[in-house]
Parts: sequence; structure tokens; C-alpha cells
Amino acid sequence: MAQTDGQPEGFHRRLEGKGALFAILCTVAISIGGLVEIIPMFSAATGPEHLEGVTPYTPLELAGRDIYIREGCYTCHSQMVRPTRAEFLRYGEWSRAGEYAYDRPFQLGSRRLGPDVHRVGGKYPDAWHYEHMRNPRSTSPGSVMPPYPWLHEDRLDPADVRASVVAMKRLGVPYTDADVEGVPAQLRQQGTEIVARLKSAGITTDPDHEIIALIAYLQRLGRDGRAAIAAREAAAAPRAAR
Amino acid sequence: MTSVSAATAASPAYDDDIVKLFFTATVTWAVVGMLVGAIIALQIAWWPANLGLPWTTFGRLRPLHTNAVIFAFGGNICFTGIYYSMQRLLKTRMWNDTLSRIHFWGWQLIIVAAAVTLPLGMTQAKEYAELIWPIDVAITLVWVVFAVNFFGTIAVRKVGHLYVAIWFYMSFVLTIAVLHIVNSLALPATLTRSYPVYAGLTDALVQWWYGHNAVGFFLTTPFLGLMYYFLPRAAERPVYSYRLSIIHFWALVFLYIWAGPHHLLYSALPEWAQTLGMVFSLMLLAPSWGGMLNGLLTLKGAWGRLQKDPVIKFMVVAVSFYGMSTFEGPMMSIRSVNALSHYTNWTIGHVHSGALGWVGMISFGILYWLYPRLYRRGLALPGWVTTHFWLATIGIVLYTVSMWAAGLTEGLEWRAIGADGQLKYPSFLDIVAQLQPFYWLRLLGGTMYLVGAIMMAINFIRSAGARGVPVAEPALAAR
Repeated sequence: MAQTDGQPEGFHRRLEGKGALFAILCTVAISIGGLVEIIPMFSAATGPEHLEGVTPYTPLELAGRDIYIREGCYTCHSQMVRPTRAEFLRYGEWSRAGEYAYDRPFQLGSRRLGPDVHRVGGKYPDAWHYEHMRNPRSTSPGSVMPPYPWLHEDRLDPADVRASVVAMKRLGVPYTDADVEGVPAQLRQQGTEIVARLKSAGITTDPDHEIIALIAYLQRLGRDGRAAIAAREAAAAPRAAR
Repeated sequence: MTSVSAATAASPAYDDDIVKLFFTATVTWAVVGMLVGAIIALQIAWWPANLGLPWTTFGRLRPLHTNAVIFAFGGNICFTGIYYSMQRLLKTRMWNDTLSRIHFWGWQLIIVAAAVTLPLGMTQAKEYAELIWPIDVAITLVWVVFAVNFFGTIAVRKVGHLYVAIWFYMSFVLTIAVLHIVNSLALPATLTRSYPVYAGLTDALVQWWYGHNAVGFFLTTPFLGLMYYFLPRAAERPVYSYRLSIIHFWALVFLYIWAGPHHLLYSALPEWAQTLGMVFSLMLLAPSWGGMLNGLLTLKGAWGRLQKDPVIKFMVVAVSFYGMSTFEGPMMSIRSVNALSHYTNWTIGHVHSGALGWVGMISFGILYWLYPRLYRRGLALPGWVTTHFWLATIGIVLYTVSMWAAGLTEGLEWRAIGADGQLKYPSFLDIVAQLQPFYWLRLLGGTMYLVGAIMMAINFIRSAGARGVPVAEPALAAR
């Protein structure tokens, strides 16, 4: 190479003649930042803050979360209310690290083509979500969201949901063996409750439709966290008053 | 392409068939990836384009677009340039032809697998790392094959010193291996579904350490390596500063890896990590501009060629956009700026000024420079190259300007608070409605860019046929 020929002999010039050493130094250079940032995340003192009262997803919610992932909802919706006044007014309580303790993969998102959904749990009735997913413009005029009519026809496979619960348990999510065995029964029970609420709104459907799982997940979003934050603040209040 | 002159004449000792394979794949996936981009841009502007089918909705096609342009188009142009330049820089054939073929066909199979699984909704839902675990395993294996061949070729080289392009290629091969493996660690639940070993914010940090460095080490360092090889050749000028290339190489690879947390500013990520991400992103400006300046100043004394050589045009615009987007990036990493820009179209505009402006334009320049040297034929439609250049350049401007405008509009309106202390624009949907014109403008810009790429593909196809003018060996003067 004419460009570097005739360069002064120096440390770097010698290094350029040693491929293996160059590769090792390069690996060291690209490793330091990652190690410094990632390792402290596994320590209680420097990692994400724990939030007492956040519980694992039920099997139906987990199935709903897998549907949320499958449909790529994260490409348009964030799950991270930032700690600003405007976000508090628009979405509610800002998001805490401990709320995501059982989120695998995380779904913070990077884009708000639609609104943040981290505090959507309990914001609308089940029937709203049912209609919104079938035809977003029926509940939200002017929305650019695509309709998801297949969720109202396709059905959950309990064995598939069980496989998810088993994997989560192996990863350390505190499910018991009884939880794993009880997956079909839990799916039916929580699904039936949602179907009953839909029925009172004039909608007839089955508890094993995918839309039921998605509603269970969306209605769960941010509720544990909100209750846990309120409880923590209530506990701290008397001390603050003193 | 009549300005063909300086090139190392391909020696039979070099394996140029593998370069041709990657060349063809690059052009093919460029058109496919950008076409999917235009489709999803249309879907945002006009929702019925989602077609009401599961496998054609935005949420499933968006990852297909990003994966196709980054790993199919971006990956294949890197491999094209690396296999071409590496053999010439090291004055030796690739170490093992079989490994080269396994790398090529393995990579294309991975892309096809991605194109099938993503529309089917099979995803890990981590941006640019969506592919399901069996494909992740395949990527690891193919990458190891590539790395063995890469370092094997370095080991059998017939020159003493490694040229700066090789340093950048090396950082690409090593870092992508580390990033891919660490970020993809997951426990399979079924054949198509898995869950990461990290949870919550830890998963987010690992993902954005990966995600930002996919930009850094998949879309930046290998392309800087390509710039260091192809720009001096196209300009017939030596690299401006050897010393600058040393400083900016080591500073860039060391600093880049820290910048990931700037994707999580104002999130629940621990404060110290957010601060590290912001500070290192700001520092990154210096080595990024070191690379840009070294590229632009290499053209010192060759600016006259800018007017007549479309290859130089593409490369100059590419390096300029590299400089612009590596200025914009650090600015967006400042917490107060990020508070406005995050979650908005501004980010999309920023990404595309880098992707269309830097990665795309330098790739087109390289492809046009390589074609006569690789295939020993002139282009059938030389005039189209300049048309492609202008379509692409104007397309990028329309794209980025419309996304800036859309991003500022939504960012400001989301957070506007009136005198009464309440939200000035409480209806999210009202803000969405205001963005419609910008989305159509973006689609126009993106479509122009796509049409340019299609013109390039047609040009190459036509040149392969009877209309291509054979270029005699001596015309490609050896240097």
C-alpha cells in the first residue's frame, strides 16, 4: 500500500505488522465500555431499583404479551412514561425500573407512532380494547393503527403457553410447579372472567381467543407498579411528616 | 464510466467470483430492503396499506425492513468490499475458497429465513436483533466461518503491514461477534420462541449496547474501512493523514461501545448509566469527524473530479452525511435535546441521514466503481448514474427534512403545557393527524431513493447483456 509505505517506524507501525496482537488490542478496546456498563446492572446497589409488590404475569397475561411481541406492537408503542410533567399529565405515574422485573424481553420501545401504553391497564374497559383491536378507528377516530381481526378468530394453545411458563420459571421467574401444572385451568379461569365482562357490554366470544389474552396483558400493564408506588409512598409519608 | 483508470488489475491469484456473488446479492437486497421501507412508509401515511393480513402489517414488516437494509444490503456490500480489497491489500487470495462460499450462501440463507419468519410474527422483539434463536445460532456459525477465513487470510498475507482499512474490518469482525452473542443469550421455550436471560432494564441496556453498536460496528467501522480503500482509489490520491487514521481508529472503537445508554435517557435505567451514555456519545464526535476529515481531505487536489466523476459525487455526499449525522447524533444524546427528540420522527430522520446518506451513498459509489473492474465491462447506461445520484440526494433531503419537521411538531406538542397548567394538546390523535403531510413527503423522498437504486440495478443488468461495452484490460491501469 503506497499510502502507508514510508511511514515512520514507531509503536503503531510495528503493531500493524502483528495481526494477532492487533486483534487482541482491538478486542480489549471494544470490551471495556460494555463490561463497565453491563456488569454493575447485576448488582443490587448499582443495578435497576427493586420495587416491592410487582408480581409475575399470569399465564394468560404472558400469552397476551407474546402476542404483543409477535405483532411488533413495540414498533409503534413505548412502555416507558418519562418523569416529566407533560408525560405525567398525558399518561400518569412515571415508570420505575422495578416494574419491569419480569419483562423478558423488555418492551420499552423507541418510537411513539401511537401513545405510550405503560399505564394503559385499567384506563379503558375490556370492550374498548376488543373493539379497538378489530377496528382502531371505531374507538379512536383518525388513528393510523392497522386492524388486527385475526386475534378475534385465532385460538390459544395451552401447551404452547405452558412452554412459555416453563421457560420463564427456568430463567428464575418465581412460578411454582403447581403454577406450571395449573396453566390450562388458569387460562380458562382468567379468560372466562374477561368473557363475562365483555358479555355485559354485549360482546359474545370465547375465553381461548387470542384477543382475550391480549386484553388480559394490556389491562395488566402498569397496574402492579402503580399500586406498589402508591404503597411505598404511603409508607414513606409519615416519616416525611416527622 | 469512461473515467476508469486506476485500479489494481485483477490477478488470477485473486478470487473475484466471490466478490461478484456478494455484488449481485448487494444490489438485489438493496432494492428489496428499500422497497419494504417504502411500503411501511406508505402504511404510516395510509393505514389501509396494511392490507388487513397478519403478515403484511407494519409491526411485522418494520423489522423486515430494518433487518433487510442493515444485514442484507449493508452486510453484503461490506462483504463485497472486504473480499475485493482485502485480497489486494494483503496481496493474497482469500485463505479458503470453501469458507468464502459457506459464508456467502449461509448469509443469504439467513436473509431468506428472516424474510420468511419475520412476516410470520416469529421475533424476539429486540430491535435489529429480532431474528429467532435458531437463526441466531446460524448467524453465529456463519460469522465464525467468516472470521476464520478473515484471520486466515491475514495470517497468509504477503505484505508486512496491515493497511488502515483492515483495522476497521477487524473491529467489525470481532465486535459484531461479541455483540451478537451477548445480546442473543436466551432460553428457548419452543423451536421459534425464546426469552432473554436478562430482564427489564438490564435487558434494555444490553439491547441498546448491541443496538447502538450495530450502528457503530456494522454500519460505521466497516464502511470507514471501505472508505479508506475505495475513496483514495477513486480519487487517485493517497489518504490525507496516516497519523489521524491511527488516532481516530482507536478513539472510535474505544468510545463507540459506551454510547448505547443514550437510547434510554429519561428511562428508568440507573442514572449513572444514562450519564455514561451521554458523555461518551458527546466524545464520539471527535473521532467521527476525524474520519470524515480524513476522507474529505483525501480529495484535496482532486476536487475537479467532483464535477465529472459520479463515483466521487456519491462518495463526497456520503462522507458529508457521515459528518452531519455524527454531529446530530451526539447532539441528540444531550439529555435535554433527547427529551424532545426521543420517541419522535426526528430519530427516524437521524437514522436515515446516516443510513441513506452515509451507508447507501458510499455503497452506490463503491458498486459503480467496482462494476467495470470486476466485470470488465462499461455501463450500458452511464448517464443514469448521475440521475441516480440526484434522485438519491434530493430523496434524502426530502426524507430528513420532513422527519425533522414531523419530529419537532410532535415532540413540542406532546409536551406543551398551557397557562392553566394542563396539556395544550391533550388529544394524541390530533397530533397524529398533523403529521400526515410530512409522512407523504417522506414517502416521496424514500421512493425517489428507491427509484435510484432500481435504476442502478437495471443499469447493471443491461450492462451484463449485449449493451455492455467490454473494457480492455489496459484501460484499467494497474497501480
